[in-house]
Amino acid sequence: MATLHAFANPARFLKLARPLTPTLFWAGVALTLIGAWAGLTQTPRDYLQGETVRILYIHVPTAWLGMGGWSGIAVSSVMFLVWRHPLAMIAARAIALPGAMFAGLCLITGAIWGRPTWGTYWQWDGRLTSMLLLFFVYLGFMALDRADRDRGGDGRIPALYGLGGTALLPVIRYSVVWWNTLHQGESIGLTKSSIDPSILWPLWLTLSGFTLFFAGIVLMRMRTILAVTKAEARMRRMAA
Amino acid sequence: MKAKHQRLTLALLGVAAVIAAGVLALSALKDQASFFYAPGDVKKDGLPLGRFVRLGGMVADKSIVKLPDGVSIRFVVTDGVATVPVLFKGIAPDLFREKSGVVAEGEFQRDGSFTASNLLAKHDEKYMPPEIAGKMHETKTLKE
Repeated sequence: MATLHAFANPARFLKLARPLTPTLFWAGVALTLIGAWAGLTQTPRDYLQGETVRILYIHVPTAWLGMGGWSGIAVSSVMFLVWRHPLAMIAARAIALPGAMFAGLCLITGAIWGRPTWGTYWQWDGRLTSMLLLFFVYLGFMALDRADRDRGGDGRIPALYGLGGTALLPVIRYSVVWWNTLHQGESIGLTKSSIDPSILWPLWLTLSGFTLFFAGIVLMRMRTILAVTKAEARMRRMAA
Repeated sequence: MKAKHQRLTLALLGVAAVIAAGVLALSALKDQASFFYAPGDVKKDGLPLGRFVRLGGMVADKSIVKLPDGVSIRFVVTDGVATVPVLFKGIAPDLFREKSGVVAEGEFQRDGSFTASNLLAKHDEKYMPPEIAGKMHETKTLKE
């Protein structure tokens, strides 16, 4: 915790974030491009799905970041509520938009895959519905956060909302285990995977690439928010 | 320091409560939120007659029969516990095949069979290239 408190000072955070932002961003873009190239040209097709299987290299990372983004918001909310860490709500606010974007991309790529595979773009099954809910929960967080700032709130209400939304994460994760769903069960576990290694390997490239890209975007947005706050404070001082 | 610890306890309790809420919601919705009935559910709980429902399971091996009218097919859905004969008229998705997952939308008949108006192929979590799938198929046939 001591190390995190060192970053309570935004200047120290910015000193680290400045070189880290482009590094993470471009490393992420490079890994994603290599992964996409490998996934489109270097892997065999699936015995049942044919070429459609390749959307996996995009769909899985977007699902991972859609859910990972909300975990980030939840952790930030706890950091804010408990330790009043000044960067915590800035981090949560920075995560919300890219998180929502990836949750949305997950739904879109899933629909594109679902049409040829299942024979339908959309069905109200447990996994699909809970992921759609997460997308709406993101939008709710952004609206609530904006409203809270407009009325001069300290961010406590969006932080509580950020904590509450976490209830969805186990629902999404276990929806395919607990309910009969159209969506298939978990393919990739911590130790084993039911995807053949010859098909799986580019996924690790796109997964790490998307994640680094996401981290770079979040740092970029945090720096922007800090800069805007600073500029507004200066304007206020000049007006006074 | 004390206030901080109090907040930490409250926040941890909050997280635990929220996660528990999610898990409780999952188990409470277990029956209602299921996307389809499995043949075993129907055997256990009786036929959901007069309602538009979904039936899901595996298409039994060598059970697909094309009917003389050219557009209807008959097949058997199984989940290892029970089986349900299905009649479907229309275009089946590409991935619809024997020993593969299927979700049929339609109505149960009084005799325990199912009349489907739409078929969805259910993909499982296994992904593999055709060569490997072929090999596995071969070894299996050799064993059988």
